[in-house]
Amino acid sequence: MGLLSKKDAKLITDPLADNNPITIQVLGICSALAITADLKASIVMAIAVLFVLAIGNVVISLLRNIIPSKIRIIVQLIVVAALVIIVDIILKAFAYELSKTLSVFVGLIITNCIIMGRFEAFALANGPWRSFLDGIGNSLGYGVILVIVGFFRELLGSGTLLGIKVLGDPIEKTGVYAYGYENNGFMLLAPMALITLGIIIWVQRSRNKALIEN
Amino acid sequence: MGLKENLHNIKEKGKGKKWLPAYSALHTFLYTPNETTHSGGHVRAADDLKRTMTMVVLALIPCLIFGMFNTGFQHFKAFGAPVEFLSMDAFWFGFLKILPLIIVSYVVGLGVEVLFAVIKGHEVEEGYFVTGMLVPLIVPVDIPLWMLAVAVIFGVVIGKEVFGGTGMNILNPALVIRAFLFFAYPTWMSGDKVWVEGATERAKEIAAGANLDAISGETILGSLAQGKEFAYTVSDMFFGYIPGSVGETSTFLILLAGIFLVATKIGSWRIMLSSVVGALVMGLIFNGVVNAGWIAEGSKFYSLMSTEFWHHLLIGGFAFGVVFMATDPVTASQTNKGKWIYGFLIGFISILIRVFNPAYPEGVMLAILLMNVFAPTIDHYVVQGNVKRRLKRLKVKTA
Repeated sequence: MGLLSKKDAKLITDPLADNNPITIQVLGICSALAITADLKASIVMAIAVLFVLAIGNVVISLLRNIIPSKIRIIVQLIVVAALVIIVDIILKAFAYELSKTLSVFVGLIITNCIIMGRFEAFALANGPWRSFLDGIGNSLGYGVILVIVGFFRELLGSGTLLGIKVLGDPIEKTGVYAYGYENNGFMLLAPMALITLGIIIWVQRSRNKALIEN
Repeated sequence: MGLKENLHNIKEKGKGKKWLPAYSALHTFLYTPNETTHSGGHVRAADDLKRTMTMVVLALIPCLIFGMFNTGFQHFKAFGAPVEFLSMDAFWFGFLKILPLIIVSYVVGLGVEVLFAVIKGHEVEEGYFVTGMLVPLIVPVDIPLWMLAVAVIFGVVIGKEVFGGTGMNILNPALVIRAFLFFAYPTWMSGDKVWVEGATERAKEIAAGANLDAISGETILGSLAQGKEFAYTVSDMFFGYIPGSVGETSTFLILLAGIFLVATKIGSWRIMLSSVVGALVMGLIFNGVVNAGWIAEGSKFYSLMSTEFWHHLLIGGFAFGVVFMATDPVTASQTNKGKWIYGFLIGFISILIRVFNPAYPEGVMLAILLMNVFAPTIDHYVVQGNVKRRLKRLKVKTA
């Protein structure tokens, strides 16, 4: 027997593919479009959501029996807001430039539907350990898509990955640029994020026909 | 054994195999398919998709040939060795520059079409026949071929195939291809270098230290957007002796093609006419604003606003877009009343974008794409309006 029981492992593996919060449940699209123009921002955003969702899920799960159901949304919001502020302050302290790139979208993690969705759908009905796993799984599922979109957008849009020149120097015309290649400026615009996401959904559903809705 | 039997045999051989659509496309390209409808009532008519598409391509040929002459003419003029417009030198130069564009457009586009037909197991449709001819005509002659190939793949896949192929697309694929190029590689789609073959090369040589004169082949719209003077007469604009995308410069030939398309009942005269009216109305409004003195002469919109309203029909890609793109039967409105609204708004918005967004001087492309999206909505309300009116009539009778 491994580290996790089969049922618990499913909590992590399911949201990675067959029940992905972005491509299947179509949640959290807003941030997936806004901050994926470079890979670093995507990774940091994924980590931020991982932190907020995993801890938030545990906190809500611990409080689940004492939260009056009429005001549960307010309680959930307070928990998310507290965690998001922590993330925001840490980012400002240790990665100021990056926090400027992410700007308002760190704050907007509060309204990320994935987080409220997991609180409502999972943490309110399950114990802290399972909620923690669910939080990890869902935020990883979110992060994977963010990283894939960010990878293609940065590579094709700026010719770099994590800020390192991969395709050569566009001004000095080295690397592939020496052969007349040019960066695709459209990749940096939001519509291309949506189309990239659409292509991921397309590929995923044509590989697994069970996911196609009628 | 004739060619027809050969092709037919190839098709028979392909039956039951994966690549059948590719074989039968080859057969249908040259001959009428011998399959007939077996059940249900059907109309026997000669104007099938293939015939319609062939007519549009025929209408495009004069613009293409003119574009070849013009490419050479502009090149030699800019390089200080002007030649006669209708000379073999000009034509041959343009022919060699434009032929690769056509080949890339067709080979890549049809390649994607065949691939999709094979994967999805349907026949290759003739839809790309026209798109493939439109694409080389609406790009600057200096566009790198690989960019064109990337854009064609994007346009055919995202603009058409994801919606279900020919006849199901919401946006005009040729315009999706142009819009993609426009946003992805703006330096190759606008500015004063790309419209004249060789000007970008010359700019590079100058940057490298060569002692040569820079070549400026600014389009009229580009000059106007920057408030600069241009040295073209109205007759130059009308006949098309101006820099611009390959096939869009000659309003005269486009007008003839438009008449041809209307006469053969392939293009909708309602859309063409209402677009022209829409453009004129918008142009008149801007002229009125200028005449009323509501805009300062130093304003960056002044020179485009004060352009005579009917000049807008002659410059840029307006005429080409209206005749060949706006009338695309798949993406335009289907109802007659809808066509008037659709066309009018295309003309109106084209000139609006042209004037207020000098960064995107080609308003007609964006206007048509925008109205493509709205065409089903327009149709919906026209049809609903008709239903309501007839219901009312019914009520009066029965009451």
